[in-house]
Amino acid sequence: MAINRRNFLKVAGAAGGILLAGGARSTWSAQTPQAPEGSVEFYGLLIDTTKCIGCRACEEACNAQNSLPKPEVSFSSEGVFEKKRETTPDAYIVVNRFPNEKDPEKPVFARRQCMHCTEPSCASACLCKAMEKMPEGPTVYHKDRCMGCRYCMISCPFDIPKFEYNSASPFVKKCIGCPDRVAKGEQTACAEACPEGATLFGKRRDLIEEAKKRIYQSPDRYYPHIYGEREVGGTGYMYLSAVPFEKIGFRTDLGTKHYPELTSGFLSAVPLVDILWPAVLFGFNYLISDKGEEGGKENHHEE
Amino acid sequence: MKSNVTPMPISGTPAAPDTGTLKGFLRFLWQELKPRGKLLTPFNVITGIIILGGIILIGIRLVKGLGAVTNLSQEYPWGIWIGFDVVTGVAFAGGAYILTFAVHILKIKKYEPIVRATVLNGFLAYVFYSGALLLDLGRPWNVVNPIIGNAFGYGSVLFLVAWHFLLYTLCLFVEVSPAIAEWLKWVKARRIIQKMTTATVILGVTLSTLHQAGLGGLFLTAPSKIHPLWYSSNIPVLFFISSMFAGFSLIIIESMFTHKIFSDRLDASHRASHDKILLGLAKGSASVMAAYLFLKVIDLTHGHQLGLLLTPMGLWYLVEVAGFTLLPLVLYVVAIRRQSVRLVQITAFFTAFGVVLNRMNISVIAFKWYEAVRYYPSWMEIWVTLAVISMELWVFQWVINRMPILGAHPDFKTEEETLNNLDGAEVVRWKVSAS
Repeated sequence: MAINRRNFLKVAGAAGGILLAGGARSTWSAQTPQAPEGSVEFYGLLIDTTKCIGCRACEEACNAQNSLPKPEVSFSSEGVFEKKRETTPDAYIVVNRFPNEKDPEKPVFARRQCMHCTEPSCASACLCKAMEKMPEGPTVYHKDRCMGCRYCMISCPFDIPKFEYNSASPFVKKCIGCPDRVAKGEQTACAEACPEGATLFGKRRDLIEEAKKRIYQSPDRYYPHIYGEREVGGTGYMYLSAVPFEKIGFRTDLGTKHYPELTSGFLSAVPLVDILWPAVLFGFNYLISDKGEEGGKENHHEE
Repeated sequence: MKSNVTPMPISGTPAAPDTGTLKGFLRFLWQELKPRGKLLTPFNVITGIIILGGIILIGIRLVKGLGAVTNLSQEYPWGIWIGFDVVTGVAFAGGAYILTFAVHILKIKKYEPIVRATVLNGFLAYVFYSGALLLDLGRPWNVVNPIIGNAFGYGSVLFLVAWHFLLYTLCLFVEVSPAIAEWLKWVKARRIIQKMTTATVILGVTLSTLHQAGLGGLFLTAPSKIHPLWYSSNIPVLFFISSMFAGFSLIIIESMFTHKIFSDRLDASHRASHDKILLGLAKGSASVMAAYLFLKVIDLTHGHQLGLLLTPMGLWYLVEVAGFTLLPLVLYVVAIRRQSVRLVQITAFFTAFGVVLNRMNISVIAFKWYEAVRYYPSWMEIWVTLAVISMELWVFQWVINRMPILGAHPDFKTEEETLNNLDGAEVVRWKVSAS
């Protein structure tokens, strides 16, 4: 699916390239990211923050799944909630606690990890395909390819890839979406570990239906928005919340455009410039050159 | 060595170096590698210390990782090694493509005397900045991955930048090589290279266009992180245009220094035409800056960002755009009307500073301007940057003192003459050494 879309992008880019950088606004951004019949469907997660109790079982399962170093503070400690955490090279999931304006007694817990975008910015930014979108949904990292330029970190709208700054042979680290498990049809380690069903694994299309159903059925419980349904063109991991998403640490100003689209106009102009520019320059050169003309010592064009 | 035979200063070289054979070549190289003139000049001592310190810091970086010497963080993955060394440095190397375009494509002969120095500058800039880039890469040994093709990330702007960077550096090498061939007295090689000039220049201009624009294009993927006053879908075009006046201003600045320091290496025609050249460069710079500012205004009004101008970041934006782009433009125009070379030179500094501000703003200062803890470079990052610049200056100095950079005419016709003279000189020297 990802590959089909990307190939389509190339073709659309080449065709749209005639419009050059500014004008190449492809029409496909209007499509919702859903699979056509017969192709592999994206899997994803629906994270219902209204169900999350902040037990951090997902963090622990992730730590084991990816053989990450044991943290200094145990997974049962609540001390970590004192301040907002970001993912680190050693923690691909972090659960944060936010005050709940609806019900001060019941704080909101929201986990943070790679969103597994439908069209990931990191994968399109990577010049050696170290970041790659699998047809099943996970955005994986090929560490043998990575050169450590950290452009994925610049490009990720969610600031998820993390870099091992204190290593002489560093890697970029982030949630890779349990590709081995997903390929076998199993759910991700974090979804499996969740005791409350706050993290639900499934086909992205089904998850959106489920999310909509929950919002329709309990309008008081949910803020009427599925975060990730359309953000940055859609993400594989999506969220439900009781409160507006900016209140629980989400950026709501990212737009609904696929991130690769930001550069596709420019990139589609590249082959044109590479072909047309030399032709024009040769033309100029030929035009001005007096080779073969009589005399050949005439005044040249000066400004 | 009788200089009426050869118009090029190839002084200092031993008579008739036999560079055709490997042994002779190595002997010649060994002779040339030895330092010349006073060693313990203040410049050499200061830059020497900086380079030594830089090498130590680079060692620490390689052993302990980037975190040991840089202030880079998970929030700020790119610091001044990218923002200044690469993104800013490459803009200033733009003089090479714009000047080769003027001289070899448009055949504006006026600028011939400064082509070689500018191209050399561009070439060294590229070599040293790509060196600096390797320091910043976490896994530099994988830098060949997008080149040898085990993982082509076609969809990446960085892929485009990397390829154009590499190919353009090769082009610059070809453009510099006539001077190298003359230095080595490789007449045949010189002739072959000369035939490649036009094609190389055309390729070089093309690659530069996309490479300069591509560096800006890198930041297109960070719309939510770059301050809206600086983020624009026009960044590639803006980078390309500003690389022209960055190039112009650096040529003017660089010529100020070379004229002072290497005055003995200058030939008469270079000296005579210098004022005219500088005023011409000022004209070029002013027109490009006008176009750039026009685009900037369009961006500002189309994005409905006028209200942002009164915020602190907005004032900072005005410092860059009004203070160091618009003002230099006005100064250039005044300088051109008054025919004041002095004012052109002063303005070039303003212009260059404006370009530095612009590149630093986009890559570092206006990048995640909202974060509570901001990135600022560590002293070690600054030191290594200075060391890279110092090394470049050393090589520049070494080349200028040995190769015909400031005193040659890379024009087809005079080149032919030079070659003939070179042949003549060879004969004379051969005779001298034979007798």
